[in-house]
Amino acid sequence: MNVMEARGLTIALPAGGDRKEAVSKVSFSVKRGEILCLVGESGSGKSVIAQGIMGLLPRTLPITAGATLLEGEDTVQASPERLRALRATRMSMIFQEPMTALNPVMTCGEQMDEVLRAHTALAPPERRRKTLATVQEVLLPDPERMIASYPHQLSGGQRQRIMIAMALVLEPALLIADEPTTALDVTTQAQILNLIRELQARHGMGVLFITHDFGVVAEIAHRVAVLRLGELVEVGDRDEVLKRPQHEYTRMLIGAVPTLQPHGRKADPGAPLVLETKNLDKIYVDRGWFAKHRPVHAAKSVSLSIRRGQTLGIVGESGSGKSTVARCIVRLIEPSGGEIRVHGEEIAARSHRALRPLRRRVQIVFQDPYRSLNPRRTVGDAIMEGPLNYGVPRAEARERARRLLELVRMDPAVLERYPHQFSGGQRQRICIARALAVEPELLVADEPVSALDVSVQAQVLALLEEIRTRLDLAMLFITHDLRVAAQVCDHVAVMSSGEVVEYGPAEEVFLNPKHAYTQALFAAAPGRGFVFGTA
Amino acid sequence: MYSFLARRLLATIPVLLVVAVLVFLLLRLTPGDPAAILAGDAASTEQIARIRASLGLDRPILVQFGIWFGNLLSGDLGESFYYKQRVTDLIGQRLEPTVSLAAFTILIAVLVSVPLGVAAAWRFGGWFDRMLMGFSVLGFSVPVFVLAYILIWFVSLKLGLLPVQGYQRLADGFWPYFRHLILPSVTLSVIYIALIARVTRASVLEALGEDYIRTARAKGLPELRVVVRHALANAAVPIVTVIGIGVALLIGGVVVTESVYAIPGLGRLTVDAVLARDFPTIQGVILFFSFVYVLVNLLVDLSYVFLDPRIRY
Amino acid sequence: MDTPGLKQYEALSVESAAALRQEGAWRRVQRSWSVRIGGTALVVLVAVALAAPWLGTVDPALFDAGSRDLLPGERGEITTLEGATLHHKFLMGSDSFGRDIYSRVVYGTRVSLIVGVCAALVALAFGIVFGLCAGYLRWLDGILMRVMDGLMAIPAILIAIALVGLWRASLVTVIVAIAVPEIPRVTRLVRSLVLTIREEPYVEAAIALGTPTWKIMLGHILPNTVAPLVVQGTFICASAILVEAILSFLGVGLPPDIPTWGNIMAEGRIQFVSYPHNVFFPGVFLAVTVLAVNILGDGLRDTLDPRMARRV
Repeated sequence: MNVMEARGLTIALPAGGDRKEAVSKVSFSVKRGEILCLVGESGSGKSVIAQGIMGLLPRTLPITAGATLLEGEDTVQASPERLRALRATRMSMIFQEPMTALNPVMTCGEQMDEVLRAHTALAPPERRRKTLATVQEVLLPDPERMIASYPHQLSGGQRQRIMIAMALVLEPALLIADEPTTALDVTTQAQILNLIRELQARHGMGVLFITHDFGVVAEIAHRVAVLRLGELVEVGDRDEVLKRPQHEYTRMLIGAVPTLQPHGRKADPGAPLVLETKNLDKIYVDRGWFAKHRPVHAAKSVSLSIRRGQTLGIVGESGSGKSTVARCIVRLIEPSGGEIRVHGEEIAARSHRALRPLRRRVQIVFQDPYRSLNPRRTVGDAIMEGPLNYGVPRAEARERARRLLELVRMDPAVLERYPHQFSGGQRQRICIARALAVEPELLVADEPVSALDVSVQAQVLALLEEIRTRLDLAMLFITHDLRVAAQVCDHVAVMSSGEVVEYGPAEEVFLNPKHAYTQALFAAAPGRGFVFGTA
Repeated sequence: MYSFLARRLLATIPVLLVVAVLVFLLLRLTPGDPAAILAGDAASTEQIARIRASLGLDRPILVQFGIWFGNLLSGDLGESFYYKQRVTDLIGQRLEPTVSLAAFTILIAVLVSVPLGVAAAWRFGGWFDRMLMGFSVLGFSVPVFVLAYILIWFVSLKLGLLPVQGYQRLADGFWPYFRHLILPSVTLSVIYIALIARVTRASVLEALGEDYIRTARAKGLPELRVVVRHALANAAVPIVTVIGIGVALLIGGVVVTESVYAIPGLGRLTVDAVLARDFPTIQGVILFFSFVYVLVNLLVDLSYVFLDPRIRY
Repeated sequence: MDTPGLKQYEALSVESAAALRQEGAWRRVQRSWSVRIGGTALVVLVAVALAAPWLGTVDPALFDAGSRDLLPGERGEITTLEGATLHHKFLMGSDSFGRDIYSRVVYGTRVSLIVGVCAALVALAFGIVFGLCAGYLRWLDGILMRVMDGLMAIPAILIAIALVGLWRASLVTVIVAIAVPEIPRVTRLVRSLVLTIREEPYVEAAIALGTPTWKIMLGHILPNTVAPLVVQGTFICASAILVEAILSFLGVGLPPDIPTWGNIMAEGRIQFVSYPHNVFFPGVFLAVTVLAVNILGDGLRDTLDPRMARRV
């Protein structure tokens, strides 16, 4: 009944890595008709295991011990020809980024057809029939057009469905899904998860689902396996692991997952108004000789306000305009129309020169901690740059930098070090310190924790909360993650296609959404009704 | 797609204009009076003045450019001081050897370098890869004329297989024509092979690192198909691009190769014209080569339409 | 949800366990074999160039009618400027004038290195200025890049030949003639670097912190262009040495009294069939020098190219 079983699987890392083995003596199994979720943070080795089962590991990551049995046959010992014969026929894999996982210069139909050509002796008309049937099964409309299209002509969700169709066309016994929904929007993610669940119910295959998102685990897993630094720390039924975790690490991870319940802290309606936008517009026009000349409204009539000591969250999917609004407020891009007032002073229409003295009032923290710091400057230089711009003497700027590093819970001695010596979470803290160095009144955080692991995310969010209360800052928090928004925000604005569709206190928006889009958004949040417990 | 084509075609016009202006300025900036040179050492001031007037050199510079450009558009490149022929005729006479040399070179280069590059990328880090990289650096470093002499020494002098130098017209028979072109083409193709093999290897390597290769392997496809239909197909655009850009290297190499092998082509014409300070010919040849280069690159850009469906739609 | 102390998280977090082994770029460069081999070879060549008078050479302009066309290793006589006669072993033979090839080749090292380095520096200097302007001043970008495209459309050798041939043939002219066709490529490189770096979040953060544009250019943009420019510079140097040799070989380079490898080969080519040493010795030196610079450039590119650098 075991479709797949790993026994003492050990995979070595090349010399110079952070540990000797990517995966150490991992054993677990996947039964027919069951979805096993393999959970872990980045660097835990989950993708390595998946590729090991398929025999796709590079020569630098050799399997040094153990076995992976696929329907009883050990793929570790299999020859390259045998592996090739098993792939797509008995075991299939789908990947994270549908944008790049499909060959851009071949039509989708061709890419599906070559699977059939490589493994079966079917004639072309039969192959086409089977292709069309599978494309229909993954609920893609107009299959004929789909298979004649090139990948770049399809949306992310459509591409992922094509990937699933390609993986299932020969009805394998095992489907390995390596973070297949991580790169998709919340609503698309919900659709794909549903699709996988339905297909599995229909075909009865075993699914090994790899993810770092506990919401997804709660949504579809039957059983859960938790991985840390290449070791399996806990395995069990979903409810057991998620509600009553045994291992310390699992407990820490579950504890770090934010709930979808708004925090319920009361916001003071009398606090002074720090930020106010009225009818903020941002329009892009493609200006070129042969361009369409159709204007794109990245942001349309956006009106928001934030008071001191409070956090406003802007929630939306990609392309909703939330980042555009954030950038307009920080004046990194020019608004096309509307007003932005910081403590009553209008900044939307000011020239760059007139803007300089006011810039320190609004600061920003970005999403990607690896690109937010100049690799050739020390941490100290990065943090001191702001104060030095405003005439603060060097010695005082240095003192300020030291104090700020303590505030973000880092050793002040790191002033002399370079960014590449720090992890993502640490770099993000340095960026927060840098933003605070000029003593802003409004801190804009543009998806500050989206690129971080769940446990690190919890650390940074706790830090932001602490800073906000201590310094009585106003914060504009941009995110696509509803759980994070629930934990952090006092007020929430939901954006879609450049417009604010819902706006109000967090409790109201979360518990009583009025707009159809907001309702759909919350309905799609994975693991919505699930209560994660910490024993 | 049509907007891409139209944009590309229109973009060539300013480039050609700039080329024309630069070539015009190039010769106007040089010291020395063309009229005096033409007249010779024993000429009197009146003779020089007369020649100046007849060449239009006494008019303001913008007018000169206007006349020159107008002539250019109607295909008149002027008359050579030195050879006493129309420049267009001169170019026409020397065209066949240069085109033959270039054609053979490109043929050899592409046929040899692309498979080598693909093989090196496939067996990345292996002995073949390292050897190819080694040879390619060598190919870049040994100058064309040194290589030419080495080859002549071995093949022509020691082994006596091929003629040392010279050129035979195609009209005089294919075999002698071919024999005289083998050594020059091989010599010239070395640097071209080095360049294309490197870029092929790099692009195929980059393509092999992409996610869709992992997907293709996960589908259990035979490795050859993965490398050719998936990796090479995506690497085609940079490879074709570098073939186009390499034409500039080719033109430079042609000049030297014709010099060493005594081939009466456009390259030799350029050098002779410069030594004789024959301005119209120099201008004409440079314009001709630039025009060919721009044309080749335009064709390369247009070929993207066939190679990359993202441009087509 | 209660927030456990940050310390506890840190202890368990996978991220904290991952020791970041990101080496500084400089250390990577030093470890590269290509850099070591190329670098050493170049150091040797520079030493040869500097120590030329003491390496068993004579004044490269000296000749002797009685020592013409000697084969490598033969002994002969050479007349100095004062009229004295020297016994001399012609390590690389002599040319048709009776000049010592060995001396000429060794002194030729100086010319090649000077031309190579200077041409690279000139091309880099102009390219950086133009590239920064094109990247930052939107109105200048269009025109500047059109001019650069036009310049690139004319094959470099032809520009060099035309410029040197029509001007006076001197060291400065040759350097400028070789550098000019290289400027467009450097401009393109700098411009694309400026455009990409400007999009980086750390530059945006600097703008938000009120950093003036000139400080951003100097402190954020330029330092991150150094690595690719160094790589590009080495390749320009290699190319420059080759082009100088080609120009001299064709007769449109430096005047024949200055010993350059190209000149030596140009003079020796007539006699190639009977006395190939005239062409081979300078040819080998030329190939080895250019090879060394190219290997060094390859090594630098492999270690300094940001795409090669692995991120955790």
